[in-house]
Amino acid sequence: MSEQVSEQATTAEAAQRARPETIRAVPVRHPGRWVAAAVIAVLLAMLLNNLATNVRWQGWIIGQYLFNSQVLHGVAATLWLTVIAMIVGVVGGVILAVMRLSDNPIVSSAAWVYIWFFRGTPLLVQLFFWYNIAALFPTISVGIPFGPGFHTWSTVTLVTPFAASILGLGLNEAAYMSEIVRAGIIAVDEGQTEAACALGMRRLLIMRRIVLPQAMRVIIPPTGNETISMLKNTSLVSVVAGFDLLVSVQRIYNANYKIIPLLVVASIWYLVMTSILTVGQYYVERHYARGSVRNLPPTPPQKLREFFVRNFFPRHAVPASAPARGGDA
Amino acid sequence: MTTVPTPEDGALPETQAQAQTADVAPASATRATTATTTPVTPMVEALDVHKSYGRVEVLKGITLKVMPREVMCLIGPSGSGKSTFLRCINHLEKINAGRLSVDGELVGYQQRGSRLHELHEREVARQRTEIGMVFQRFNLFPHMTAIENIVEAPIRVKGEPKDAARAHARELLEKVGLGDRATAYPNQLSGGQQQRVAIARALAMRPKLMLFDEPTSALDPELVGDVLAVMRQLADDGMTMIVVTHEMGFAREVGDSLVFMDGGVVVERGNPREVLANPQHERTRSFLSKVL
Repeated sequence: MSEQVSEQATTAEAAQRARPETIRAVPVRHPGRWVAAAVIAVLLAMLLNNLATNVRWQGWIIGQYLFNSQVLHGVAATLWLTVIAMIVGVVGGVILAVMRLSDNPIVSSAAWVYIWFFRGTPLLVQLFFWYNIAALFPTISVGIPFGPGFHTWSTVTLVTPFAASILGLGLNEAAYMSEIVRAGIIAVDEGQTEAACALGMRRLLIMRRIVLPQAMRVIIPPTGNETISMLKNTSLVSVVAGFDLLVSVQRIYNANYKIIPLLVVASIWYLVMTSILTVGQYYVERHYARGSVRNLPPTPPQKLREFFVRNFFPRHAVPASAPARGGDA
Repeated sequence: MTTVPTPEDGALPETQAQAQTADVAPASATRATTATTTPVTPMVEALDVHKSYGRVEVLKGITLKVMPREVMCLIGPSGSGKSTFLRCINHLEKINAGRLSVDGELVGYQQRGSRLHELHEREVARQRTEIGMVFQRFNLFPHMTAIENIVEAPIRVKGEPKDAARAHARELLEKVGLGDRATAYPNQLSGGQQQRVAIARALAMRPKLMLFDEPTSALDPELVGDVLAVMRQLADDGMTMIVVTHEMGFAREVGDSLVFMDGGVVVERGNPREVLANPQHERTRSFLSKVL
């Protein structure tokens, strides 16, 4: 043992005495990158040229309608629809996933049938169905099954176009979300449940406190995906109800025939909203990464700040080796 | 698949079971001193416990007693059923036949008249609060800090006030030598530290029995000592412990009794020093010759 130590010490000394020269090699050339850059640059120039010279884009109209109040109402409605339908979808999805994984065969088959039905029929058909539900059930009443009703509503007043859209989008989403949540739950190590059981915790408590928070890491990325696709799927409700972004621009171009510029307006808003959602997803993912990565990487704003501090105020710079601490301490 | 053991297929005739129990009673349970003066309820009593997974019978009739304050070490080759038996004690596994009780209370079942009734999840959970368990792979909750891991069950299961639970948790962390790592997440701790947090987490429920399922098998050799020291301390404090282990040194120095299991049965039981030095059965001898 002592021999080993002295041997190590001597090699360290030797290393200090004669450190070999730092390598300054000629870097490998990447001609492919230059070719790709040239091709992309030409395509980009063609596009910009077209945007600048092709009067049929009618760029000035885009600016004119971007903040049109009707368009802004459409944006707000689309956001509302997305948020509420996603809440219905996520809550429903968690309930369905827990049902699917239940020991109770009745409960688990009921969830299976639900998922089978709502994933198996087109969303558009489901939207039409909810919109026309009054044809099937003219009134809805609360009461004893097969017995007297305590209160009765007319379906047409209860299921407004907005409610029909929420039902259609939300209940369909729940079926997809349930599979995502189920995958997340299955991904959590069995030992976690066992340890919690051994501490005397009961099933629902274990699900809520131990399993779901860990499943979130697996659940969130596809849920972000679903939210973005939901945002765009809301445009489907234009067929049953007239309030979302797409309907707003359709109304305008039906009156003035400026179809392309108004579609560009709608696309810009959809892009803005999905971009914001992407940023939100990044931070939610970071929150649930607590405990699974030793040190959370810095956020883009943190990196930016670090960059400026390092380059312009070097006296205040933190040594680069100091790890950014996330979450704890 | 899991049939409720009824007297017909379950327990042995009383006399036979008694005889077997006496046969394998601990040679000397040094910490179980009270046993000689007044009749004490054994902390764990297994009577001809059987357990199968499908057609494979893993436990083929385990009969043994663990007295209060006793430290029993369970050794044996892998697949001998020692971990399974440990998991039966807090009903993580259901037994198929026989009787298993902790502190005089059947585990997972209730005897009403001539029939056994499965206990409701609520009752099973209550029984488990009194039995601490430490796992080979620690199983700390990775999304919680060390102290959050420890206070979770006392607060959510026992309804302890948060301040009291946190104070107790700090005491326990101090006791396992990790007073300064309360806010660390499990992946910021070494294996040995994680396992000591896991022990503190189990102790936070103030159990009357602690089960250890190969607590040092997943650790670097360097880190084993710290965990064993904590367990030794626990034994000195008078905790009743059942330890599945391959640490023969620990079994010899801390154990009051040693049980060698193979093929789902107890092959040999006795004072650890005697069994390790002078095994009576050929199977024990060949096993020990490989691990010592």
